[in-house]
Amino acid sequence: MTKAGTTLVAADTPAPAVRLPRRRGIELALIVVAVLLSVYGYCAVGLAKHGTVPPGAAGYGAGLGVLALVAHLAVRLRAPCADPLLLPIGVLLNGLGLVLIYRLDLETPNDLAAPAQLVWSTLGVALFILVVLLLRDHRVLQRYSYVCVVAALALLTLPIFFPSVNGARIWIRIAGFSIQPGEFAKVLLAVFFAAYLAANRSALAYTGRRVLGIERLQLPTGRVLGPIVAIWLLSVGVLILERDLGTSLLFFGLFVVLLYVATGRTGWIALGLLLAALGAVAVGQLEPHVHGRVEDWQHPFASIEAGEGPNQLSQSLFAFAAGGMLGTGLGRGHSILIGFAAKSDFILATAGEELGLAGLSAIFLLYGLLVERGYRAGLALRDPFGRLLAVGLASIVALQVFVIAGGVTGLIPLTGMAMPFLAQGGSSVVTNWAIVALLIRVSDKARSRLGVPKGEEAAR
Amino acid sequence: MTRHIRHAAFFCALLLVALLVNATRIQVFEAPSYDDNIANRRTTISRYGQPRGDILVDGAPVTGSRDTREPLRYERTYTNGPMYAPVTGFASQVYGTTLLEHTEDGVLSGTDPLLSPFPLWNGSVRDRYPSGDVATTLRAAAQRAAYEGLAGRKGAVAAVEPATGRILALVSAPSYDPSVLSGNRSAVARSWATLNRDPDKPMLNRAVRKTYPPGSTFKVLTAAAALDSGVVEDLDKPTDSPAPYTLPGTRTSLTNESEGCKDAPLRKAFEWSCNTVFAKLGVKVGVDRMAATAEAFGFNDANLKIPYSVAESTFDTTVDKAQLALSSIGQYNTRATPLQMAMVAAAVANGGQVRSPYLVERTTRAGGSTVSTGGSRPARQAMRPSTAVLLKELMADVVREGTGTNAWIPGATVGGKTGTAQHGLGNSGTPYAWFVSWAKGDTDLEPKVAVAVVVEDADADRGEISGGGDAAPIARAVMEAVLNSPSKNSR
Repeated sequence: MTKAGTTLVAADTPAPAVRLPRRRGIELALIVVAVLLSVYGYCAVGLAKHGTVPPGAAGYGAGLGVLALVAHLAVRLRAPCADPLLLPIGVLLNGLGLVLIYRLDLETPNDLAAPAQLVWSTLGVALFILVVLLLRDHRVLQRYSYVCVVAALALLTLPIFFPSVNGARIWIRIAGFSIQPGEFAKVLLAVFFAAYLAANRSALAYTGRRVLGIERLQLPTGRVLGPIVAIWLLSVGVLILERDLGTSLLFFGLFVVLLYVATGRTGWIALGLLLAALGAVAVGQLEPHVHGRVEDWQHPFASIEAGEGPNQLSQSLFAFAAGGMLGTGLGRGHSILIGFAAKSDFILATAGEELGLAGLSAIFLLYGLLVERGYRAGLALRDPFGRLLAVGLASIVALQVFVIAGGVTGLIPLTGMAMPFLAQGGSSVVTNWAIVALLIRVSDKARSRLGVPKGEEAAR
Repeated sequence: MTRHIRHAAFFCALLLVALLVNATRIQVFEAPSYDDNIANRRTTISRYGQPRGDILVDGAPVTGSRDTREPLRYERTYTNGPMYAPVTGFASQVYGTTLLEHTEDGVLSGTDPLLSPFPLWNGSVRDRYPSGDVATTLRAAAQRAAYEGLAGRKGAVAAVEPATGRILALVSAPSYDPSVLSGNRSAVARSWATLNRDPDKPMLNRAVRKTYPPGSTFKVLTAAAALDSGVVEDLDKPTDSPAPYTLPGTRTSLTNESEGCKDAPLRKAFEWSCNTVFAKLGVKVGVDRMAATAEAFGFNDANLKIPYSVAESTFDTTVDKAQLALSSIGQYNTRATPLQMAMVAAAVANGGQVRSPYLVERTTRAGGSTVSTGGSRPARQAMRPSTAVLLKELMADVVREGTGTNAWIPGATVGGKTGTAQHGLGNSGTPYAWFVSWAKGDTDLEPKVAVAVVVEDADADRGEISGGGDAAPIARAVMEAVLNSPSKNSR
């Protein structure tokens, strides 16, 4: 696409300096498609449930459209070269999430989640706009890396002082709002990891002892081993104190990926996997909450055989199975049978049942595309911090999607986590908009830099 | 660094592929087993997600569906539930289905693949079509006459159309309202418990699921066997029968209720219901011939379905002569459902041919097109046509001047046979009053209805229980209802 664009522009202008097409028009067109798809889904739910277009359809479409349009204008103003796919994907996933939550709200008239989710989405887009407008260069963040890590640790430890909800201490309640500080900590930690590794990658990469005399398998020295052990302890701490397996897995996975990207040392991977395995086995054996999840994963139907009725995971599997290839159609499934957390952790089951394998694959591919655009920005950037930041943010999305989607489909043990953009959860949706905002920022930097010297671009 | 970013990207792609492969595994390959899992409520939800098809009598539904707006959305309702309960059965969200609701469930609930408007289109296995209707062979007027005739008593009525085997009425009393079992609330469980505790067993379908000693009504069959086998050749020739009759090989002597049975000819013996004559005839015909005739009429057949199963009516084939003598007058181990006795009367009325009885005239799709028809099934010759002619004469005599005058209908020929069957230990139980009959309107070419009535009235005195007194008026009401109401199920 870049190539076709450049030749076209080159034909128009005789000057050798080639300007990369900004593709803001494409972004706008895709946003319109995303909003229309969401409104269509909203109408489909109403038609299936009540036989009429729901009265709020126009308002919903207008609201989502205005939000997306304002975000688009902010991008046009301050990040004109940004990747045109990032924002439409965010709008589509967020819009689809609102449709799914609205659809499930119809089954639980006493517990409506869609209005709050719409408010949080607005806050998320507001944050997106703020980041795009105020953060002119992502490298500024590098300076605040230690502020970030302190803030992240503070956010992570905060819920310990609040009562646990459903076996996990990950929420804090302020003025009626449930906030999950761990969600915000993800982005802060990604910034810190990227900054730390960008600064120390030489030391991490080129010192260490060889194991068994193998060049590749070189273990790091004790001095630089400190931080990784600290992060590992942090993950385990989060796990034990807050019983949040998903977040701990995410932090650790994120760190290992960034460490590998920064240093290219397979030794790190080996060590990371070893530590992760040790931690997982120990926690899986000792922690009853986590142990139960592993048991459920291995035998999802054990509770049915024991005559206690289906558990959430088997209900989730039933929902996916009921969807089949093409799904039942929006509003025609029974994923509400999952019960608790049907709108949050298990939202994907509703997508699987009502949109089928086709729709589910499309959603997975949307996430895949989002991650791919993040990685592409990372590849195009030159500064190590920016590269690591882009890769880190994209990896957060990838790991999170894998952990929760793998969990609800029985691929890996289930861990409570929000499906980015889709799931009910204010903190999550705000955080994801922040991630997309940062990706917009780095991709703008990457692509505007790409545009200038044609020779350099060809060499890439 | 670029290389390592690519590696990490490759890793993310692997995760994506793993998710896609796993989703395919669940949604395509393992989906059928998940769909069929007993704990998966989707099958139940979709079963009750659309109005259930209706059961029709004379073209009008006797069932309905109520939208509860609950997860299990539609509940069964019944109009005249107790009257039609022995036909419809119940369709409960908790206790399943019985009788027609059970055997026709595929059509009524919309799972029958024949309901598909495009039968060759193999959609998803879980597809549910708009539910179909089941039209019965019942005649509403006859059913009502039978139900009202039995009001307040215990007993059953079965009426069939002799020429086809269509069941025109099927009533059991006391009955129950199946709609109290439809839903899934706690009241349903209470109703279920109450109905099951009730000593009168209201959910027992006495017309097809209970067997009674047929008593004297079985003499129709014994007479048929005697005439068919040549043991009796002339209705008016005196039979060589002592009264009382000492059962062969025993000192037990069998007596009659009425006088004049000694050496009575068959015509008189039938009219007066002489036990001694028929006991001796049965012994003379022999167990093989008796059993063959009984089986030709439908006894000893455990597989009769109308389409739900009918209890087996029995004629014991391993008997000595004394037992055979008792069996031949409808006692000992001889037992029959009311439906079976209606088939006996129908065979006499239909020239000796027994038509297998059936309840479902046709099943239709939502649009009204026919899915399948009940159709009359092949006939079986139970006796020679000439024998049937003689038996019709005998039965008509009973109504004209014998024990069955209560069944007489002006403007019609009616044939019948009364019966009073003793039962219980040492015959201590209240006897059952029987009446089996057929009727032919004077303008009809053939008998239009054959009916069997049994009344087991525990409250009445023994003497008052009699086929002619208690059962015959009910039979007459049913027969009149059939003769006076034109058939809507014309062939």
